[in-house]
Amino acid sequence: MTFPWLTVLGVVPLMGSIVVALLPKSRGTLAKQVALAFSLVTLAGTVAMSLKFDGSSSQPFQFVENYPWIPSFGISYSVGVDGIGLVLVALAATLVPFVILAGWNDVDDSRGSVKGYFSLILVLETLMIGVFSATDLFLFYVFFEAMLIPVYFMIGRYGGPQRSYAAVKFLVYSLVGGLFMLAALVGLYVVSAQEFGSGTFNYAALVGLDMDPNVQKMLFLGFFIAFAIKAPLWPFHTWLPDAAGASKAGTSVLLIGVLDKVGTFGMIRYLLPIFPAASDFYAPVVIGLALIGIFYGAYLALTQNDMRRLFAYSSMSHFGFIALGIFVFTSQGMTGSVVYMVAHGLSTAALFLTAGYLMSRHTGSSLISDYGGVNKVAPVLAGFFLIAALSSLALPGMVSFVGEFLVLLGAFEVNIWIGAVATLGIVITAAYVLRVYQRTMTGPASPDVTGMRDLNGREITALVPIAALIIVLGLFPSPLTNVITPAGDLMLAVSDHMPDIDMAQGGGK
Amino acid sequence: MTEPGIFSLLWVLIALPLAGAAILLFGGRRTDRWGPYLGVLTVCTSAVIGVLMLLGLMALPAEERSITQTVYSWIAVGSLQVDFALQLDQLSMVFVLLITIVGALIHIYSLGYMAHDPDRRKFFGYLNLFVAAMLLLVLANNYLLLYVGWEGVGLASYLLIGFWQYKPSAAAAAKKAFIINRVGDVGLSLAIMLIFVTFGSVTFGEVFGQVGEASEGTLTAIGLLLLLAAAGKSAQFPLQAWLLDAMEGPTPVSALIHAATMVTAGVYLIVRSHVIFDAAVWAATAVVVVGLITIFMGAIIGSAKDDIKKSLAGSTMSQIGYMVFAAGLGPIGYIFAIFHLLTHGVFKAGLFLGAGSVMHGMNDDVNMRRYGTLKGLMVITFVTFMAGYLAIIGIPPFAGFWSKDEIIHAAFERNALIGVATILAAGITGFYMTRMIAMTFFGKARWEEGVHPHESPKVMTIPLIILAIGSTLLGMALLFWGNIESWLEPVTGFASEPTPFPTWVYIVVTLIVVIIGAIIGWVMYARRPVPIEAPRGSWLTRAARKDLYGDAVNDALVVRPSFALSKALTIFDARGVDGFVNGLAGSVGAISGRLRRTQTGFARSYALSMVGGALLVALALVLVQS
Repeated sequence: MTFPWLTVLGVVPLMGSIVVALLPKSRGTLAKQVALAFSLVTLAGTVAMSLKFDGSSSQPFQFVENYPWIPSFGISYSVGVDGIGLVLVALAATLVPFVILAGWNDVDDSRGSVKGYFSLILVLETLMIGVFSATDLFLFYVFFEAMLIPVYFMIGRYGGPQRSYAAVKFLVYSLVGGLFMLAALVGLYVVSAQEFGSGTFNYAALVGLDMDPNVQKMLFLGFFIAFAIKAPLWPFHTWLPDAAGASKAGTSVLLIGVLDKVGTFGMIRYLLPIFPAASDFYAPVVIGLALIGIFYGAYLALTQNDMRRLFAYSSMSHFGFIALGIFVFTSQGMTGSVVYMVAHGLSTAALFLTAGYLMSRHTGSSLISDYGGVNKVAPVLAGFFLIAALSSLALPGMVSFVGEFLVLLGAFEVNIWIGAVATLGIVITAAYVLRVYQRTMTGPASPDVTGMRDLNGREITALVPIAALIIVLGLFPSPLTNVITPAGDLMLAVSDHMPDIDMAQGGGK
Repeated sequence: MTEPGIFSLLWVLIALPLAGAAILLFGGRRTDRWGPYLGVLTVCTSAVIGVLMLLGLMALPAEERSITQTVYSWIAVGSLQVDFALQLDQLSMVFVLLITIVGALIHIYSLGYMAHDPDRRKFFGYLNLFVAAMLLLVLANNYLLLYVGWEGVGLASYLLIGFWQYKPSAAAAAKKAFIINRVGDVGLSLAIMLIFVTFGSVTFGEVFGQVGEASEGTLTAIGLLLLLAAAGKSAQFPLQAWLLDAMEGPTPVSALIHAATMVTAGVYLIVRSHVIFDAAVWAATAVVVVGLITIFMGAIIGSAKDDIKKSLAGSTMSQIGYMVFAAGLGPIGYIFAIFHLLTHGVFKAGLFLGAGSVMHGMNDDVNMRRYGTLKGLMVITFVTFMAGYLAIIGIPPFAGFWSKDEIIHAAFERNALIGVATILAAGITGFYMTRMIAMTFFGKARWEEGVHPHESPKVMTIPLIILAIGSTLLGMALLFWGNIESWLEPVTGFASEPTPFPTWVYIVVTLIVVIIGAIIGWVMYARRPVPIEAPRGSWLTRAARKDLYGDAVNDALVVRPSFALSKALTIFDARGVDGFVNGLAGSVGAISGRLRRTQTGFARSYALSMVGGALLVALALVLVQS
């Protein structure tokens, strides 16, 4: 019996959240310390697990655990990660401690309790680790839906003035998507029952289904709508600016930086291998939506005055790039998309946390017009903001460039014009990113920011690892690509887009 | 590591200034005191290593003068295998020397120029970053790594142009430079992708070796995309608009951007990719046209500006135009493009630093109408500036004469019409540069009150003297002692075509035209009084003062439509997409509102949906059973 890495990694933050929740309400500081400690233990465990991951293994999944759960419905508790799942688990585990550290003073006891917020973060961490490591579709669905609960409370209880509206909107969108997925999941179960005699939710078995293309097309849509809402593609995106606009910085980081990646992760893990014919059929539509999203999000970001909404639209644009990379079905595009997911998680964290620091120094306002000349009074804050901005515009040398270039190259290989049009997006991205920096950080110090103090040690400590990862992974991306590419190629192979890989590895196709 | 001896230090060339930048920028205030000296030291050390490498290369036979150092595997995804690998050959060698030596002089000069700036530590950090990025650009052995240096140069210029970012104009100029360069980056990105799709590699050697197998249409497309990239970095038409605003940076920055780094990158890119342009006639022709347009645009703008730095900026546009033009001529021009780039790098650095020295003595005033008769008060600045002046207008034996003359001659080898155009432009150069020295050093004093012109400290004048010596001798040294033609030929190829007249005819005609231009400038600005208020001027002067409406065109065609589209989409998003969904949600909300009457709170409604889900599961089970 090997060590149950993934279960342990999922259970540690859950235990943490219970411990935090059980602390007396008056011990807010202790609650934060305990939460931080549990998240750091989880991170250490994730690092240890990642080092044991064998990138050259012929097994599609590693750290596999499999226990029957509801055998009569073919449901099992089974987890395991491929390279893609691994880096996303690692992303979640990396960001949580720094979000906790950065958000140390973000909540008080006025609405909800301090311990409640940090307890929710840990619950969310458990669910994020679970959703990226589930290899049973029902288990995935449970995690997928359960994630809504902590996020709903994190927005609705601890958010800004528009929190109720934003939280409900987020919830309604997600539930609608979830219902579509549930319906499709049931359909998939039925198909599996017809083919195997008894229904199953086992991933490898479902990948091996020999499904009628028309059935695929219907079931694909159910999953796709859920995923397209989660990692918002145009026109499923309008919940995101409201949610980001009303959330604490830390909530936004986890929501947009990690949780939304479940959508694009799901496209890779579930849509392509289980519905290969439908993926081919719908690819032009998805690519179209992705291209629209790239420009739509970027153009909306260009004149936003609210930083948080601006970052949300910018993320929508980035999600367009990610989806594009997936649906062009090339090795470079696929690897690029996953690298992009990691890079976007890091950029988003850097942007929202730095902007959060800025806002916390001036009445919590997220309006760009309320700031100006911050560089003069708080150069360290401005410096981190610039690094985040450059990461967001995918400066060569940063990890976001590796992702973006691979995605664009992958698209270009398939269709020169799609690649060329998407590449134009890099100009608008630079325009809106540098516009925010110029408006907030440069110019004469506005009266509102004079006397603003620069970042303190805790705040810097939360940002340095993220900034370091952005640069180090940009110069040395192979730790990422070495594990992502084999997994991505496998996904392409089992969906018949890369015939030269041994199908037997793909789980029975 | 296959590279012998000194060449094993290739990566150190880049690592030194990069480490300097990192220490200065991340080290914080504790490095304030000694930071600037560290910045100077790193670049000077790189320059020494560069010189040693030159000696090492010269000791090798010509065909072995290409050393590759693979540092590690950078991006490896499927068929895309890109190493972090450096390549030193004759072409990158001359760039390394230009960047490190001129860069080092600019660093030293900045010790004096920025002595009183509270943020000078950062300034030296950014300068180091600039040098490191430019070295990476010219040493990369593949297009993708070149792109990293390319964008690093863009970042450093962004930081330096906006160095005084509390000035809104500086911040705006920095952003503008970055975004216009980003348009060029689209060209570079697409060129790299097309190169990879066509040749299956982005490494120079592998790409150039297979050029013969690609169709001319593909090569033309690659060439035009590379030209777009080059136009961005080298401020060539139609992406020239950022260069004049870039004068918002401290003057040493202008010297660095205009002489040793940044604007030379485009010329490097074209010459480095010459194999592609050799096989794509139309792309090469486009290079010639872009260069020629920019030669005149820059010269006309330079003739109308009263701001000494902007007038010099116009001259840079024009001179880089000469280089791009020469690079477009093919094997008859590549070597001279690089030759002119080297001499220009030295004399333009001298001119900019000289202008900085003048400004330093004039309370940072840049308006030449407020200068006058400074020759006796700033003797060293004056004499060194004159060396640069004679070099740029091309008077023998100063450096620019040799290199510009070669370009003009190459133009005549191709086509008499473009040859005549380059001579005319040389005449305009004679005019605006004479105008500049006349308004600055001669005539009557038109100083603002309270200005006491004085010579700059030694730390500034010594670099000026060194650059002036270079402006005087470098042309001859490279041509006769350095054998620049045979040195570069293994990389760029070389050809020569007959011209109808002997060479001396072109030289004499060019000199006559230049001297006529200079005399007109002298008569208008030294013999006649210079009004402090600029006269209205002809339509051309007025257009040139507005940078030939480059900004107006960009605004009308790109900026304003983009913002209008953004505003329109914002409304559409709120009313259209979100309105539709909210309408839908409203009806759902009405239903759920009814459901909520007995059960308040979200958790319940969530439970409800789970129940709904469970029912569906049950339904499915029934279906399975049947």
